[in-house]
Amino acid sequence: MAIATRTGQTGAVRPRRQGRFSLTRQEKAAIVFILPLMIPMTIYWIIPSLASLYYSLTNYSVVMPTAWVGLGNFRRMMDDGLFWRSIKNTVYFTVGNIPLTMLFGLILALSVNAGIHARNLFRVVFYLPLVTSTIALSMVWLWLFDPNFGLLNAFLKVLGIHPQMWLQSTSQAIPSIVIMSVWGGVGGAMIIYLAGLQGIPESLYEAARVDGANRWQLIRNITLPMLKPVTLYVLVTSIIGSFQIFGPIYAMTDGGPAFATTTIVHQIYVNGFRYFNMGYAAAQSWVLFLLLLGLSLFNLRLMRSGMEM
Amino acid sequence: MADAANVTVPSRSARTATSHRVVAIGNRYVLPSLAYAVLVVAALTMLIPFLWMVFTSFKPQQQIFKMPPVIWTTQYTIAHYMRAITRGNFHIYFKNSMIVTVSVTLLNVFVTALAGYAFARLQWRGKGIVFTIVLSVMMLPGLIALIPTFLIVKATPFAGGNNWLGQGGTGWLDSYPGLIVPMLGSAFDVFLFRQFFLALPTELEDAGRIDGCSEFAIFWRIIIPLSKAVLAVVALFTFQAAWNDFLWALVITQSDSMRTIQLGLTLFKSQHTIDWGPLMAGTTLATIPTVVLFLAFQRYFVQGIALTGIKG
Repeated sequence: MAIATRTGQTGAVRPRRQGRFSLTRQEKAAIVFILPLMIPMTIYWIIPSLASLYYSLTNYSVVMPTAWVGLGNFRRMMDDGLFWRSIKNTVYFTVGNIPLTMLFGLILALSVNAGIHARNLFRVVFYLPLVTSTIALSMVWLWLFDPNFGLLNAFLKVLGIHPQMWLQSTSQAIPSIVIMSVWGGVGGAMIIYLAGLQGIPESLYEAARVDGANRWQLIRNITLPMLKPVTLYVLVTSIIGSFQIFGPIYAMTDGGPAFATTTIVHQIYVNGFRYFNMGYAAAQSWVLFLLLLGLSLFNLRLMRSGMEM
Repeated sequence: MADAANVTVPSRSARTATSHRVVAIGNRYVLPSLAYAVLVVAALTMLIPFLWMVFTSFKPQQQIFKMPPVIWTTQYTIAHYMRAITRGNFHIYFKNSMIVTVSVTLLNVFVTALAGYAFARLQWRGKGIVFTIVLSVMMLPGLIALIPTFLIVKATPFAGGNNWLGQGGTGWLDSYPGLIVPMLGSAFDVFLFRQFFLALPTELEDAGRIDGCSEFAIFWRIIIPLSKAVLAVVALFTFQAAWNDFLWALVITQSDSMRTIQLGLTLFKSQHTIDWGPLMAGTTLATIPTVVLFLAFQRYFVQGIALTGIKG
């Protein structure tokens, strides 16, 4: 509708174009405006992404002459016990992390939204870990998890529980990282759930109250069903994020003990930048990308439909 | 208010009205106090690790290695901060992180705002295709591009001893440009700006065009002053991401004088048998800038998260 009124106005406003290859004033401006974005984006994102597809089909290793190996890297992955181990660990982490983060995020959002005082203060506190770097949080939790002098074992002792090895035990290492990740991530889930809660029309609640629903019924029959789209969004973005976990692994365990915490990205890093098997690492990163592609496309659709309301 | 409506609900029979009233009054006290209990426990759980970090960084060395831990002391010391500087070069790491983060923030805001404006308000052929490309980039995990980006940065012509073909030297590896330039141009921020600019009224630009302003003048003098909120959001998010980034710095820096603070933490941890006092001092330093910005501008953070496209 804005366009209709605009084209009716003066020539200064209406884009004019003489020939097929001549540019309008706005087109000239647009080229200048997008180049500062498109140049770095092309050099440092688009070309490298395509190049990594090429590298994934070679044995590129910086130090040795490069040879074409076709699907050799992918075949090698099938027999790479560590790669399978890393997928298993990544899935284990994801399956532990996401339900807990979402559940606690929802509980916090409902609590903050329950008409309490100081809601802003609580919101700030819960979001604090999300503005802090993963590496800094990892250092703090490494200290909390310390088997000898850590605060967590001291706390367990008060409860009469034996000290645990946490990150230094093959069976507890991933659960420990899950604990830290849930602690660090609930604030994000909470904020998104809060936005979702504010999007629920008050009229729905009023109608239900007229019918005599109590507050538990309101939550069960209105709030939770209305939060479905938000839940889907949180779920999809969290899976994408969890599958790429690397920072805490690198900073706290470096994949150990005995490869109990090596994840897909950790394998890519180790192969690419420690052993300089960059062709193989590129192939692994494409496998990760393909694993997440479906989810990313779905997420993009969610975002676009959310934006074009 | 909500409860008042609940209590005065029109009743079909006296009996159900009474039971509603009982439930409603019960809820009025039970629900908020349950919420408070949940929130207070959760808030303590969130804060204790941070407090423990700061506390450890100021605690005398001999009190750190105690079990049960010393949870209160009056003998505060800044010795750990001094040691973080003498043994870990944390002052250099902090300075490097500041230089990189401030540069990335300023440049990225400018670049993405310009592009977002072009996508939202200018009419040009090929806009749809280019925007789709930008959106697709958003989907790529940064990881895919990591290795080739490293090679491209290494092959930067005329830098780090390279010839014009980008061979012979180390290019932008281990340098500020190498840490800054590849971080520019977040597709997500372009998207955010585009959404914001789409919602602005067109009359002002049209007036500017009729008055003979250049397109850049319209953007710079008319649009930008109206967009302080979204500029703040993108600047804060960029600052936070750049300050906290560590994978890229890990990959391209080699010398200690180029390390960023996040990387410095992991180095300090692995070089010594873990010396918790200085490590927590370094960690506190690495935490302060983003936390202070967040506390000062949290309104924009919350807005920003809401702006990122969640439909209720």
